[in-house]
Formats: sequence, structure tokens, C-alpha cells
Amino acid sequence: MPAVLSEPVRSHFPTTVNTSTAGRPDFISIQNFSFFYGAKQALFDISMDIPERQVTAFIGPSGCGKSTLLRNLNRMNELIDGISHTGDIIIHGHSIYDPLIEVISLRKRVGMVFQKSNPFPKTIYENVVYPLRVAGQNAKSVLDETVERSLKGAALWDEVKDRLHESALSLSGGQMQRLCIARAIANRPEILLMDEPCSALDPVATVKVEELIQELKSEFTIVIVTHNMQQATRCSDKTAFFYLGRLVEFADTQKIFANPSCKQTEDYITGRFG
Amino acid sequence: MSDARKGNLEFQRTYAAKGEPFVWLTAMGLAVGLIMVVGLLGIIISNGLPVFWPSRVSEFQLKPDISNPVPQGGDKIVGELVQKRMKRIPVLNEKGIKKADQTELQVFVGNKDTYGLNFAFANQGDIAAVTEPKDIYRIERLEYGIAFGYPKSVKLANGQSVPSTDATFHEVLAQLCAEATARRHEIENIEKHEIGQINKQLNDLRISQKSDSQSSEKISALDAQYKTLATKASELRATQAASSFQYTTPTGVDRSLAIGELVSYTQPNRLSTWERIVLFARNFLNFLWENPREANTEGGIFPAIFGTFAMTLLMSVAVVPFGVIAAIYLREYAKQGFFLQCVRIAVNNLAGVPSIVFGVFGLGFFVYFVGGSIDQLFFGKYLPTPTFGTGGVFWAALTLALMTVPVVIVSTEEAMAAVPRGIREGSLSCGASKWQTIQRIVLPASLPGILTGLVLAMARGAGEVAPLMLVGVVKLAPSLPLDGDFPFAHLERKFMHLGFHIYDLGFQSPDSEAAKPMVFATALLLILLVITLNLAAILTREKLRKKYAGGAF
Repeated sequence: MPAVLSEPVRSHFPTTVNTSTAGRPDFISIQNFSFFYGAKQALFDISMDIPERQVTAFIGPSGCGKSTLLRNLNRMNELIDGISHTGDIIIHGHSIYDPLIEVISLRKRVGMVFQKSNPFPKTIYENVVYPLRVAGQNAKSVLDETVERSLKGAALWDEVKDRLHESALSLSGGQMQRLCIARAIANRPEILLMDEPCSALDPVATVKVEELIQELKSEFTIVIVTHNMQQATRCSDKTAFFYLGRLVEFADTQKIFANPSCKQTEDYITGRFG
Repeated sequence: MSDARKGNLEFQRTYAAKGEPFVWLTAMGLAVGLIMVVGLLGIIISNGLPVFWPSRVSEFQLKPDISNPVPQGGDKIVGELVQKRMKRIPVLNEKGIKKADQTELQVFVGNKDTYGLNFAFANQGDIAAVTEPKDIYRIERLEYGIAFGYPKSVKLANGQSVPSTDATFHEVLAQLCAEATARRHEIENIEKHEIGQINKQLNDLRISQKSDSQSSEKISALDAQYKTLATKASELRATQAASSFQYTTPTGVDRSLAIGELVSYTQPNRLSTWERIVLFARNFLNFLWENPREANTEGGIFPAIFGTFAMTLLMSVAVVPFGVIAAIYLREYAKQGFFLQCVRIAVNNLAGVPSIVFGVFGLGFFVYFVGGSIDQLFFGKYLPTPTFGTGGVFWAALTLALMTVPVVIVSTEEAMAAVPRGIREGSLSCGASKWQTIQRIVLPASLPGILTGLVLAMARGAGEVAPLMLVGVVKLAPSLPLDGDFPFAHLERKFMHLGFHIYDLGFQSPDSEAAKPMVFATALLLILLVITLNLAAILTREKLRKKYAGGAF
């Protein structure tokens, strides 16, 4: 079913990997987006354009709505009952709420890495090829090639190439998170969403993942939620500051950290609240 | 503040706060449970295993003026000592003094054809002397059970007689006994399988009601075959009766036993310890592998073991898919709300419905309605003889599956709820549909929980008797539900069951005192069977647990 349905959807999202390095500035365009959990409004009228093949960081205190917005980009919030939204999110010129686009094919184009690493209780190999398997791809040559490419892409290949058929649960915490990144990029999505990917990792593993983010941005549009100011400065090109469900400031990372235009932003990044 | 309250507070702060009383309480709960389980197992094992142990035969010489409880017994009781017990006598004697309590012996005397009873009871005080006759034989017969006696001679088919004093006596007897056993198997094979198959073919031909020449030719051919076989069987039977074993009971009555009736014999007072152990193992194996005899009180219980095993396995095959599918819908797809909560409560309460009610339901729905419909659709030519429209192993398995399905549903639901939300989201974010997520991630991770449900279901199902009595269990099934005749698995057949066997032996047999050891032995085997089945499931579960657990989910 997904293999058949995803074909027309692909034409909605033309692959643009090999065109000019300067991506579209409005690759993801969020337009007057408000979001509700039942009667409680979590996001208030957010509008922003996320540029292609750059790293955009969402920062803000807990409960400010940054994760909610991130999880709306691949409609992961729809697992919760009683949610609703107004406004629209346009990816590559097409609304993600377009009834023509099935949520499954959206998620194939928008990969996600979670705060807590969540490898499946399967082998390393089966974890990486999972997105292909559910799409109906079972050809061994394709799967083998994908495993090598994705694990290399996630800087994990050298560590696990000799034990691909061991359980993924035997890996260390940092390796597991990189495995999840390898899984997220296995089916070549265009966008990679990362929800605090380093919050459960030690500093060494964090550096590795941050380096990885820098390498991956040549190929993917990355949106990362982080609590760590240093991380945002180190690896993002643009930063959005959220507060109480509102987008307070969205600008180049350098500008936000050097010269924020809002008092709230300055207070937050200098640690005066939050 | 009074001292008492101070003390109370002190107590609460130090002793109770640590939860010490509750640690003891929980430990006591466990200890009581363990003691009960171990005690039950101990009683069953200590009563069940001695059945197979070849015990010694003693001769109890009675004091002169005591009347022998064994008719024609003379002045002694010969047999195996079963137990000694205190007999309290709540009666005063003529002087108004309480009569002294007595120790009473229960002796298994066998020779039921001569004495008319199997057990004799005598007061310890009435016995003058106890000896062990060295040369006594313990003879197991096809009918009337065990006989004790001294061999006199073997009468051969040609009229010759070999006296027991002859040097070749043992050789001749052993050879005759082996020949008789071989012939017995042959007769059984002819009568049960060969003649049975001819009868089945004849029946089919008669039912098809074609009166053309071809079928009448076939019928006459089969009739001829039947006659040859029947003659062969009756010849064999005659050979079985041709030679005989002559022996004298301990009290001097001469008896003759056709060699075909002789199952086995031992000299219980001449056995060495090693021979006893070998005999114990052989008796146990015979009990496992043989068919029952003498209204189930003798012989083995193989059909009951096999019937229980087949029924439990069929039940597992039926209950797991059904329970898992129901649980998937309940947990993953149904809209959570008041109605679903009611459905859950109803499912959980199904487990509390008395099992006999399930039996009645199985009889009405599976046997009469479904089975009756199947008979009308596919087996119309056999009617009014029912094929599926009567109790059978398949209907019994389905009835028990229905009874145990709540257990599987509940444990599957719990296992699915315990699958971390993170890996579900991970699967969905990879572009998997909900069904793919359930099929590839949630179900494999819930397998250990599903198996836990199966273990509980099997433990309950294998021990259940009441509903089975309505839907297919019988005292003696002529054939197993699985054999070499096409189509090999006969799901419509009636079957024997260990649980029902226990009930039947203990409460329905003519001599329940004689059947008591068999009851314990059967109970022991039922427990062993349940443990074996559960161990298989538990080992699989542990293997799966290792596969699916361990890491940080």
C-alpha cells in the first residue's frame, strides 16, 4: 500500500539534493499556525520560514511549545486525542495537511530523532533498514547499500560493521542515538527533526552527534530543539526563541546570541530566567 | 504527651516506618503458599510413587481364637502391608473403662477371584507372628488383578505337565509368558485395527446404498476378509487358553490360570534392591505407555495422557490467536471510553463464570449447533449417527479455549500497554502505518506477555474436568484422536483425560480402596504433564525476553 501511494506523493516533493547549495529560504513555511490540546492553546499564531539545508534551532524554556511545533512538522502530534490547529505548514510549496498527502508519506520525507534513543528490539541491521522494509523494499542489495550509507552517514559504521546482526540493545547510549539517526536518514528524507537529541548523552557522545549534525546539513534540512545554549551556538545557522507558545525572535544564530532584539531573548540566553 | 503515646510514636518512627511488619507479613504469605504447594506435591508423590515399587509379601499368623477376615483364609493373612493406622475405639467395655485404641493393619491380599475382596484389616494385637515366605509368586493377571500363590506346574498344550520342581520350569514359564504377550498384541492388532478398518469400509459401502454389482462384490470380498481375520483371532485365543499355569493360593486353594491371562509374574521376596529398582522403572513405564484394563483400575493410562496433551495443545492453538486479536482491537483500535470499559469488565468476568456453565454452552453451541450443522452439510450419509454432532476433542478444546481466553486477552493487553511509547513513535516516524507498527514492533515485544497468558491458560485448561464431561470426555476411548488411519488427526473423536480419569477411578470405580494408589499416580502424572507444557512455554518466554529486553528502551 505505501509503495503504490507514495509515488504520486513524491511528485509533490521533488527531490532537490543535487541542485545549487543555496537552498530555498522558505523550504518549510509555517503560516499563522496555532495549536490546541483540547481547549488549551499551546501555540499562538506562529509564522516563520525555515531555510533549506541549514540547521535551525528552537530554544526556549520548558513548556514553551518548541517540541510541540517540531512534532507538528511530521504530524506526530496526531497520536494524541483532541488536538486541533489553525493556520498551515507548507513544505516545499505543499501543505502537509493537504488531503492528497497521506501522513505516512509525509513521515517518509520528514525523518525524526527523539530525545530518548529508541532503537527497536531488533538487530542493528534491521533497525537501519526498518523504514525501507515498511515501504515494501526487501531487495538485499538495496538494504545492504542503505545500511552502509546510513551508518557511515551517522558516523557509526566503523564501530558496528562487524556486528550488524547483533541486537541494537547491546550498543552504548551514544551509539544507540547515532543508530536512531542512521535509521532516520535511511530512506533519504529531506528534513530531519531532532528533539533534544543530546539530552541523554554524555559530553563525548554529544560532541560526536554535534559534528554529525554539521555533516548532515549538506544533505538535509535540520530542525533541532535544544535546551543547551552552547549547542545552539555551535551547530545551528538560525535560531528561534519561543516563550509561552509564542515565537519571540527568529534570526541568524550569531545575531540572536550576540545582539538579541528582544529583552526576553536576552534574559533567557544570559540565564536570567528559564 | 503520655508515655504510651510516646512509645507508640517511637514505634511508628523506627519499626513501622521501615515497613518491617509488612516485610514479615509478605514473607509469611509466601511461606504459607509454599508450604501448601510443597505439602500437596509431597502427599501426591508419596502416595503415587509407591504404587510402582515392588513391595515385600508377608505372612501374618493370626492368634488361635481370632476369626480370619479373609474367607477360606485359614489362620493366616498373606499379602502386602499397605498401611498401619490407629483405630480409636470410643466405646466402654463392660466394666465401664474405655477400650484401648488399637493399631490396625491394612493388607493387600489379592486373589480376588478366591477371596472376593482385595484388602483385609486386622488388629496388630491379633497377630502372633510375621514371616516372609521366600518362594511366593506375585502374579499379574488380565482379569481379577493380582494373585499371590505358590506355583505348582505348567500344563502345556500337548497335555504334558512341567512341575515347579523341574529344573526347566522357570525357562518354560518365561517362554510361555513371552509367547502369550506376543499373541495378545497380535489379537489386539487384528481386532482393533484390521477388523476395525474392514468394518469402517463395510459401513461406508452400506451407507452409500449403491446396490450395483460392483459394491456388492466389494462387500462380499470384505466379508471374506473379515471371516479370515476373525478365524485367525479365535484360533489365537484358543492357543492362549491351551496351556495353563497351576498355582496354589497361600491358604491352599488350587487354581488354574490360562497362560493368555498371565500378564507378568515376580517373586517379590527374592528380588535384590537393584532388581526392585529396575522393576520400579518398568512398572512406571508400563503405567505411562499401556492401555487401561479392568475398568481402568489396572494397566496404564497412556490414552488419558495423550488425550490431555492433545486437548491442551489444541486449546492453546485456538486460544492464542483469538485472544491476541481481541486484545489488539481492544488496546489499539477501539475508542477508549465507557463502552470499552464495560467490554473489558465483561471479558474479565468471563473468567469467573463457573466452568460447568462453559460446558453447557459448549454442548449447546459447539456440539449441537455447529457440530450438528457440519454433520448435516458434510456427513449427511452417516446420520442419524453423529460425526461432529457429538462431544469430541475438538469441541472440548474450543470450549476450554473460550473459558481461558480472558486470561490471554488481559495479559496480552498488559504486555502491549507496556511497550514503550518511544519505540512506537520511532516506528511511526519511519513512515510505518499503525498496523505495521503493531505487527513489526508491538507484537514481537509483547510476545513474552502473551506467553505468560498462555501458561496461565494451559494450567487452568489442562486441569479442568467439569466442562469436559459434557463435551467429549469418556471413561474409555476405543482409539486415540491421532493415529495411522487417514486423515490421521480425528478431531471428532471422544478422548480420555487425566482429570476425568482421577474422578472416575476415585469415585466411580467398584473398588475405590484398590484404585486409590492409581488415583494418586494419575494425579502425579497430570501435574507432571502440566509442568512439562508450562516449562516449554516458560523457556520460550525467557528466550524471547532475552531477545527483546536488556537495553534501555
